[in-house]
Amino acid sequence: MSEIPQRQAYGVALAEYGDLNDAVVVLDADVSSSTLTKFFADRHPARFFNMGVTEASMVNVGVGLALGGKIPFVNTFAALLTLRACEQIRTCVAYAHTNVKLVGGYAGLSDYKDGPTHFATNDIALMRAMPNMVVLAPADNREAARMVQVIAEYPGPVYMRISRAVVPDVFDDSLTVEIGKGITLRDGGDVTIIGCGSMVGRCLRAADRLAQEGIDARVLSMASIKPLDAELVVLAAQETGALVTAEDHTILGGLGSAVVEALAEHHPAPVEFVGLKDTFAETGPDTETLMDAWGLSIADLVAAAKRAMQRKA
Amino acid sequence: MHDHSESLIKELQGVARQIRLDVLDMVYRRQAGHPGGSFSCAEILAALYFHHLKIDPARPDWPERDRFLLSKGHAAAALYSVLAQRGFFPLEDLERWGHLGAHLQGHPDRVKTPGVEMSSGFLGHGLSIAVGLALAQRLGGPRYHIYALMSDGDMQSGVAWEGAMAAAKFRTSEVTVIMDYNDVQLDGAAHDIMPLEPLIDKWRAFGFAVIPINGHNVRQILEALDEALEIHSMPTVILARTTKGKGVSFMENSAKWHGAVPSAAEYEQAKAELKGYPA
Repeated sequence: MSEIPQRQAYGVALAEYGDLNDAVVVLDADVSSSTLTKFFADRHPARFFNMGVTEASMVNVGVGLALGGKIPFVNTFAALLTLRACEQIRTCVAYAHTNVKLVGGYAGLSDYKDGPTHFATNDIALMRAMPNMVVLAPADNREAARMVQVIAEYPGPVYMRISRAVVPDVFDDSLTVEIGKGITLRDGGDVTIIGCGSMVGRCLRAADRLAQEGIDARVLSMASIKPLDAELVVLAAQETGALVTAEDHTILGGLGSAVVEALAEHHPAPVEFVGLKDTFAETGPDTETLMDAWGLSIADLVAAAKRAMQRKA
Repeated sequence: MHDHSESLIKELQGVARQIRLDVLDMVYRRQAGHPGGSFSCAEILAALYFHHLKIDPARPDWPERDRFLLSKGHAAAALYSVLAQRGFFPLEDLERWGHLGAHLQGHPDRVKTPGVEMSSGFLGHGLSIAVGLALAQRLGGPRYHIYALMSDGDMQSGVAWEGAMAAAKFRTSEVTVIMDYNDVQLDGAAHDIMPLEPLIDKWRAFGFAVIPINGHNVRQILEALDEALEIHSMPTVILARTTKGKGVSFMENSAKWHGAVPSAAEYEQAKAELKGYPA
């Protein structure tokens, strides 16, 4: 387990990348102490703009900065960003194809103490449905940090979600981050578990548990939900014949939907979905307990893997 | 500083006349579009594109150009006409507005159409985007002024007032809002649908310098645009009182003509009236 929350890894990386790239500017909507863009603000005060609780306008100001040649990172809680500014994102970022980087903090259930108003559980679905938009959910701190430079240098709209919580380390220093590429974390031939964001660490632990029962599970980390690495997904379906998708997000329109859309077209296979089953969650004592209580536990992943295997033709 | 010759005024009135005639033809040909709000801003667009803006049609991406944002995107036909007249693209393109494969979309598309700075269509966005452009140039690089043409419909949206707060916070004197205040919107009179008054007080309270003018008086438009450039401590709004459907007797001040298409007889009458306006 990493020592620091994913948001802190992102915030530090953004501040440090600001040293290297003068074009990067950062906006936040009065939550820079929470998203931890305050590190950038402290280090590069002239390039930080606190917009207050004006999410819709903040996205547009980011659009203006992009039109003026800057690379704006527009930050607030993922739910506020993708819901309150949804139309601005659709019209002024996606349709107008402006070079805006949208970063949603407090992804999934990670703001356990504030409850369902603050949870982001349909942000992936909303952003996937935006033409021109890249959608990313990095799995750990190293991946989140390395994404900063990757998305800054990518010419076009990007949405990235970041957890408030401490998330398990899944990558070592050899990690190479690429938009549109999934990563095979563990090979296996019986079943494939595909996860994104804070679920990836749980997917690895589920694979360990399955191994104890003699089941050889492959684990794919799929930070790039759009564009999806369809090739890697199809290969897994061909080689393992059964799949599980795992996301701290509704199962309607998220990673699971992206995976089955790719499989339906290229190689239909049984898929079980681990995620929120078309429901709001509730306030909890901590993120891990809350995820366990709402169907995202390691036991849920193990059970889903077995169900998927039973459905093999 | 206000040295605008009679010949310049006449020339710009001629450009405005051509904008209205083009809009009428475009809407009639396409059997779709928004004549009312396109007519109300014809003089404003003529003054900007044929005198005031620092632009170069041969170089639509010239970094030092002034930026014009048509926040009221439903006046697309008027913008297309003035861009074509100014030479950003061929006049013949106006005939293919809305055709499959044509670059002229129902509402402006910055990716497809040369000279269109920003895509628009849903109201309210221009001001906050202008603020972002102002902040961008403060960080170095070319200097330019930014103009956002807003309607009363724009100013009913929350995001527009969020943008006004941001403009005040950052004292974006690089931004001039021109409000095409025709007081008519799709469903009726703006003062009935969702009143904006007291608008001068509101803009002042939001930290703007306010220059009220008659938005069909070319000399007043030119003088206000010049005056706004001399205000360095705060953003400016030119509050241009206009008449929706201006220039066609049966369209003036009528919500019906927000997005309606004239019949053949109405088209002929409108064309005749516009050719003689202003007298």
